Amino acid sequence: MSTPAREALDRHTTPWLFATALATTAPHVIHQPLWLSALATTMLLWATWLWWKDERLPGRWLLILLVVAGCAGILIEFHTLFGRDAGVAMLVMFMTMKLLELKSRRDAMVVVTLGYFLLLTHYLYSQSIPTGLWLLAAMWLVTATLIRLHGGPDSPPRPTLRLAGVMCLQAIPFMLVLYLLFPRIAGPLWGLPSDAHAGTTGLSETMSPGSIAQLAQNADIAFRVRFDGPVPPKQKLYWRGPVMEQFDGTTWRPYEGRHPAAHLEMLSPPISYETTLEAHNQRWLLALDAPGELPAETFLNGTLAATRRQALTERQRFRFSANLDYRFNAIEDPSVLQRNLALPERTNPKTQVLAKQWRIDRTPEAIIRKALTLFTSEFSYTLQPPLLGRDGIDEFLFQTKRGFCEHYAAAFVVLMRAAGIPARVVSGYQGGEYNPLDGYLVIRQSDAHAWAEVWLEGKGWIRVDPTAAVSPARIETGIADALPFGEPLPAMVQWRAEWVRTLRYRWEAINNAWNQNVLGYNPQRQRELLARLGLPDTDWRSLAIALGSACSLLVAVLMLWALYQRPERDPVIRLWHKALRHLARRKVDYQPWETPLELTRRIREQHPELAESFQHVVDAYLVARYSTDNSLTALRDAIAQLR
Amino acid sequence: MGIVATIKQQLFRWRSDGTAPLRLGQRRIFIIPSRGGLLYALALVVMLIGAINYNLALGHALVFLLAGLGIVGMIHTFRNLHGLIITPGRSAPVFAGETAHFELTLENDSSSPRLALELAAEAGNSVIAAVNRKKSLKIKIPLSTEKRGWLKLPRVHLSTRYPLGLFTAWAYLQPEMRCLIYPQPIAASLPVASPSPVGGERHGDGGQNDFAGFRERQPADSPRHVAWKASARNAGEGPLLIKQFSGGAEVELILDWRLTNDALPDETRIGILTGWLLTADAAGTPFGLSLPGLQIAPASGDLHRQHCLKALALFQP
Repeated sequence: MSTPAREALDRHTTPWLFATALATTAPHVIHQPLWLSALATTMLLWATWLWWKDERLPGRWLLILLVVAGCAGILIEFHTLFGRDAGVAMLVMFMTMKLLELKSRRDAMVVVTLGYFLLLTHYLYSQSIPTGLWLLAAMWLVTATLIRLHGGPDSPPRPTLRLAGVMCLQAIPFMLVLYLLFPRIAGPLWGLPSDAHAGTTGLSETMSPGSIAQLAQNADIAFRVRFDGPVPPKQKLYWRGPVMEQFDGTTWRPYEGRHPAAHLEMLSPPISYETTLEAHNQRWLLALDAPGELPAETFLNGTLAATRRQALTERQRFRFSANLDYRFNAIEDPSVLQRNLALPERTNPKTQVLAKQWRIDRTPEAIIRKALTLFTSEFSYTLQPPLLGRDGIDEFLFQTKRGFCEHYAAAFVVLMRAAGIPARVVSGYQGGEYNPLDGYLVIRQSDAHAWAEVWLEGKGWIRVDPTAAVSPARIETGIADALPFGEPLPAMVQWRAEWVRTLRYRWEAINNAWNQNVLGYNPQRQRELLARLGLPDTDWRSLAIALGSACSLLVAVLMLWALYQRPERDPVIRLWHKALRHLARRKVDYQPWETPLELTRRIREQHPELAESFQHVVDAYLVARYSTDNSLTALRDAIAQLR
Repeated sequence: MGIVATIKQQLFRWRSDGTAPLRLGQRRIFIIPSRGGLLYALALVVMLIGAINYNLALGHALVFLLAGLGIVGMIHTFRNLHGLIITPGRSAPVFAGETAHFELTLENDSSSPRLALELAAEAGNSVIAAVNRKKSLKIKIPLSTEKRGWLKLPRVHLSTRYPLGLFTAWAYLQPEMRCLIYPQPIAASLPVASPSPVGGERHGDGGQNDFAGFRERQPADSPRHVAWKASARNAGEGPLLIKQFSGGAEVELILDWRLTNDALPDETRIGILTGWLLTADAAGTPFGLSLPGLQIAPASGDLHRQHCLKALALFQP
């Protein structure tokens, strides 16, 4: 059909645009303020209502008023119009308001472009496989909308969706080539807004009662480790985080000043491993005790905590080596020892009295043993300890006697310091779960742990884990075994039926492969890949050449597909040629100038044995080709009789 | 002829006598990004910067997928024109000032439909066509007219933005087609009929004065002369009848160039003659046409009318 040209939007394109708006904005409901979602929903419903009733769209002034009101709301909510959350809020608002202004094809084009843009914003919150798949589906829908927009009423839904699917699939090779070869720039290009990495969890800089217990209920993965050799036994897996030397009665903090250099003496061969840390927005890395070789731009401070210059704002891989047996600062700076003996005055008097009693004619080793046996007697391990008051250690040691690793570590260190032994709290992670499917050790937030370190004359800093005295299971098998039944733990850590575990292993292995290979593709990995492809010096020029030639090749292939498609042959003729091939196998060759009837006549003379069955074929062919009855069954049957 | 003109002719000529079908090949199709495509490209650049800044691996992937989609869209847009078969058709004469329509047949022998084909012979006056797979379609390209005479179909701009609207592909068609444009009529009262110099011999030949019975309708007779009541009596089975008149046929209407005021411009005089012609034809009066160097004997009917109008359209005073 042919119609006069017009740029106005046809009525039946609009629902596609509504669907596009819905699919691209709806997932943002999760992290948007409620009023904004309500506003967006109202706009969408209003636009749908106006479309349904075929009524006039609201006037220009009303729209301007709405936009101003929306911007004001966002400004009040986020205190800015830019940055991640406010920016996304603005886009969502514009998208839904544009639906009230759909007049021409150009307006629709803006909606579609905004739709594509909104897809990107979802990755600011999650880059998981499900998000990726969902957005692929959304992209398919947006593309179909675009096709419907330009095809007009001649483009019914089903072929439109099919064409959109075909085009998205055809775009995938280009995506792969560009993904691998497009010169990668290590971001960020400018200072990121402060909310860019909001919402990451992990070990905090300080430790106060309850901070780790809260983390223990979080099943998020903190990091993954792959050892070059076998995985060391679980009770040796202490991942060292910040070391806390300063105590104000409730909270432990690391010492802020300069540390004298650490002196490490290795007593066992180093084992090397690669760790993939999730972003935790802190500067320290979590290295296996005691760290040996360090990755570039990383250094160890005097407490053996590995730190970087910049906070870790994205998942990153590091190579470390570790020594499980070591001697650490056998000779220690007196100021450090002084610092690690300090206790706030007039706090926890009972504890101090008890420790001072122990001090009388006991060696430091005996004091440590004494403290640990105290914990084994009446204490129990729980994630829900009673709240502690001002003299928390006193209360814990003499009344409640129920606590989590942080309570034990803190109480132990206070006891040691009161007894005159330099001691400090080390926070980090302990243990991990080995995934047999991909060989990675997975360390979750729920593996967060705190232990103590004491300094002994001639031996240096020695790790003492008082939690192990209370609950050996916590160290040997993991937190799920250590807790009494009924304690709240993330379901993932708690369910331990065999098939659930296998399923979880598989899912986590897939996720890990995704993170390592897809999301973890960075400038360095790009260089490695190109070196393997035979392009060792990867300046922008060789990348451009590789990229250009790969893309040209793809375009050429696609052009060949598009321009030289073999025309479909008439099914009747196709069947006739099939019959001729049957004849050729019996050494009857068909001359191009022969009509079917002449061919039959010749066959009757030269190959009488074929004549009858071939006659049926010709009859059926002539009927199928030239009569109004164009059923092919008779011809198919006749050909089947030929053999 | 300048080099540019030669190249243009080489590129755009219709490689046949103007009646044979033309299949659009690669060399005839041009393609550039559309305004929507530029918006899309701009959005992609901003998205890429965002993906780099926030270090979004999947953001990169999405931008690259969309870039791939753009390239694929370009090829599909090209393909929407490539291989289209165009056959010139006919065009019915119109009066100057009306819109002429040139008929083209678009044939699609590929296995996918070709949608949103836009054809225009002049700016701002286009038609949109969609040709289904394995189908053909007759379309009429509008062209506004000003002057009488033969109107050649100028270069036709065939363009499409389907499917994604990111690119505009176009081709120029120049089929040999022309349309006869009749002069624009100027309303004026009919001149007085003059006595026919050969009145006696032509007695009863088709005058309109006294009713003399019926005769069968000939194709040349105007439908206005049909005696509908009389024809209806044989309930549509017999042929249509025409009223016959006799007597007084000595008076015949000759639309003579000399009857128009020679102080007027030629084109106005032709317009007046055309106006007379239409008035006489509407009244069913037989008329003749007399132009310098051309005499058309009085008659009536569609063919006669067309014959006279054509003479007026092509008349060179």
